[in-house]
Amino acid sequence: MTLALVLAALLAVVCVVAVAFPFIREPEPESDSLHDLNDDERRRLELLEERDRALAALKELEFDHRTGTISDEDYRALLGPLRRDAANALRALEPDRAGTPPDKPETREGRPTGGRT
Amino acid sequence: MAELGRAALLVTLGLAVYALVAGAAAAYLGRRRLALSAQNALTAASFSTLVASGVLLAALVRSDFSFSYVARTTSEALPLQYKISAFWGGQEGSLLFWLAILTACGALAVRLNRAWARDLIVWAVPVFAAVAVFFSFLVVVVASPFATQAAPLDGAGMTPSLQNPYMLAHPIFLYLGYVGLTVPFAFALGSLLSGRVDERWLVATRRWTLFAWAALGIGQLLGSHWAYVEVGWGGYFAWDPVENAALMPWLAATAFLHSVMIQEKRGMLRVWNILLVLLAFALALFGTFLTRSGILNSIHSFTQSSIGPWFLAFIALTVAVSLTLLFRRLPQLRSPTRLESPVSREAAFLYNNLLLLALCLTILWGVVYPILSEAVRGEAVVLGRAYYDFFLRIFGLPLLLLMGIGPLIAWRRASLQSLLTTFRWPTLVALVSGVVLLTLGAGSSIPGLIAYTFAAFVLTTIVLEFARGTRARMALGAGSWSGAFFSLLTRNRRRYGGYVVHASIVILAVGIAGSSAFDSVAEARLTRGDSMSIGDYTLVYQSLDERVASNATEIRATLGVSRGDRDLGTLEAGKNAYTVEAQLSNEVGIRSDLLTGEDLFVIAEQVDPDGTVYFRVFVKPLVNLIWIAGFVFVLGSLIALWPNAREQRRLIQRSSEIGLPATR
Repeated sequence: MTLALVLAALLAVVCVVAVAFPFIREPEPESDSLHDLNDDERRRLELLEERDRALAALKELEFDHRTGTISDEDYRALLGPLRRDAANALRALEPDRAGTPPDKPETREGRPTGGRT
Repeated sequence: MAELGRAALLVTLGLAVYALVAGAAAAYLGRRRLALSAQNALTAASFSTLVASGVLLAALVRSDFSFSYVARTTSEALPLQYKISAFWGGQEGSLLFWLAILTACGALAVRLNRAWARDLIVWAVPVFAAVAVFFSFLVVVVASPFATQAAPLDGAGMTPSLQNPYMLAHPIFLYLGYVGLTVPFAFALGSLLSGRVDERWLVATRRWTLFAWAALGIGQLLGSHWAYVEVGWGGYFAWDPVENAALMPWLAATAFLHSVMIQEKRGMLRVWNILLVLLAFALALFGTFLTRSGILNSIHSFTQSSIGPWFLAFIALTVAVSLTLLFRRLPQLRSPTRLESPVSREAAFLYNNLLLLALCLTILWGVVYPILSEAVRGEAVVLGRAYYDFFLRIFGLPLLLLMGIGPLIAWRRASLQSLLTTFRWPTLVALVSGVVLLTLGAGSSIPGLIAYTFAAFVLTTIVLEFARGTRARMALGAGSWSGAFFSLLTRNRRRYGGYVVHASIVILAVGIAGSSAFDSVAEARLTRGDSMSIGDYTLVYQSLDERVASNATEIRATLGVSRGDRDLGTLEAGKNAYTVEAQLSNEVGIRSDLLTGEDLFVIAEQVDPDGTVYFRVFVKPLVNLIWIAGFVFVLGSLIALWPNAREQRRLIQRSSEIGLPATR
C-alpha cells in the first residue's frame, strides 16, 4: 500500500515536470506566440500544392504512357492541360518571389476555379 | 498494487483534461509554450496509462484475485498466455487497452508530424485529448479494472472459446485498427478547427489510416480463422453484429484510402474525405460499443454492461461537433476542379466509394435493425444471412470488377479506343476463364461463376501492370528484370503495394466464392466402425478417447480418412469440457489439401455416453485461399506503408517555402 502510494506520487511528479517542462526550459522567451499563416502564406501553400500536384500528375502520365497503360491518343489529349496547369501554378508562384502576392491560377478554360464537392 | 493502477489512471485522466483545455487554449490564443505543454501532457498520459497497464498485467500473471477483474476473467489453472490475453478479453481491461493504444498513437503521431505540420498539430492535440478524456473517464469512474475485493480461492475462468492462440493477436489487431482511426479523425477535425484545410492533414494521416485499415483487415482475418477452427459451426464469417462492427469501419476506411487519391491528384472530394474519416471513426466507436455493451446477441459479445449510454452519448457528441465544424468550413472546402468525364480514374474511384459506402450502410442497417424493430414493434427482428449475402453480391461483385478497371483508366478522361486497348487481354482471359469454369460445372452458382470471372479479369490487369511497369523501368535503365521490378515497387510503393492488396482481395473473393457457393455437407450418427461419405472422401469412425489437460478434459473421436483408394490418415474431432468454467466447446478436425486449397472439416456435434457420435462434415473447396490472401494482404500493406523519405523531404521543403518554422 505504502509502496504503491509512493510510486503513484512519483509518477504524478514526473508527469507534472513533463507538462511544465516548456515553461521551465524557457521561463522568459523572446516570443511565446505560435506562427500562424496569414492569407498570403495560405494562398502560397495552396499554390505549392497545386504545383506539386500538377508535376506529379505529369510524371505519372509519362510513366503510364511509357508502360502502355495510357494510349497515345489519351496521352496527347491529357499532356497539354497538365502542362498548362503546372505552368499556371509555377507562374502564379513567381510574382510572390518578387514580393507581390501570388495570382490566382486559371483553369484551362481561363476562368477562376470553384465548385464544391 | 491496485492503488498504483487507480492512481495512474487518475493521473491519465488529469493529463488528458489538461491536454484538452490547455491545448485548446494554446491553439485559440496562439501560445507556443502552452501548446508544447499540452503535447507533453499527451505523451505523459501515454506513460501513466502504460504504468496502469503494467499493474493490471502483473495482477493477471500473478493471479491476484483481490482484483475483481482478474477473478472474473481468469483462473489459477489458466495457461499463462491466456492470463495475459485476459487483459483485453474483458470489458474493463479492453477499455484500458483502448486508452493505452490511443495515448501512444496520439503521442507518436504528434511527434512524427512535428517537422512539417506543427500548426495543424496544435489543433489535433485537443482532439486526441478529448477522446482520451472519454476513455480515461470510463476506466476511472464507470468501469475500473482496479476494483478490489476479498480474494476468492480461485477465479471464474475464461470463456472456453477465448482460450485459443488467436486471441493473443486477433483483438490486438482489431483494437489497433479501431484506435488507429482516431489519428485521421483528430487531424481532420484539427484541420477544420484551425481552418487549415489544405492537403497536409491528409498526408499526415495517410499512413496512419493505412496502418489502422491494415490492422483491422488482419484482425478480421485472424478472427475469421479463429471462428473457423474454434467456434465450431463450420464457417468463418456469420455476419454476426460484432464481426460486422469491425467490417464497417474497414469499408469506410477503404473508401477513404481510394478517395484520398482523388483529392491528392485532382483536389476534389474534400468534404467527402472528411465525412469518410468521421464515419470511419464513429463506426470504430460504434464497434467498440457493440462489443462491449452487450446490446446485441453475438457469439463475440462476452460482456453485458452499463457503458452503452456513455458510448452512445460520446458518438452523438462526436458526430454533432464534427458536422457543425464541417458545415462552418464548407466555403473553404470548395474544390478547384470538377469531374471532367464519367469515364476516368477519379470517376471509377468515385463509383468504388459509392459501392463501398452502400455496402457499409447496408450492413449498418442490418446491425441496428433488431434494436430499432424492438424499440418500434417490441420485438427484435434479426436480418439473417440472406439479407447480407444478397447485398454483398449486389455491391461486392461490381466492386471486384472496378478493382481491375479503376487503376488502368487515365485521370480526367479516357477515350473508347484507349479502353478497348487496355482491357483487351483482361477481358479475353476473363471470358475464357468463365467458359472453362462453366464447362467444369461452376454454373451451379451464378454469383460464384461471376466472381471467378471477374477475379480472372482483375488478376490479369494486375499481372499486366507489373509486367508493363517492369519493362518500362528496364527501358529506363534499371538493369535486370529483378532490379527493374524492385525499382518499380520502391518508386511508387502506394500504387504497387495497392495492386498487391488488390490481388489479395481477389484471392479472398475466390476463396469465399469457392467455399460458400460450392461447398458440400453431410451429417450422420456413427458408432465405432461405421463410415460415412462426402464427395470423394470416406470417413470411418475408429475410436473415442478422453484425456485430461491442465484446464480441461479433452474428448476426441478419431476418424480414418480416405479419398478413393488413397489413405489420408486420421482426423480428430471432439469436445473440451472446461472444469473451472463448467462449459463445453467444440474442437473441430480439419484436413487441408494444400494443393487444391480444399478443407475436409469435421464437427463432433454430439458425443453420447455409449460412444455414439453425431458428426457433421463439410468439404470446403478453395477455403485456404482466404488465409493465403491474408499473407498477400500483409505484404501489400507493408509495401504501401513503407516510409517514403522523398515525400517527407518534399513536405518539409514545402513548409519551409512558406516560412513555417522548424519545431523546437
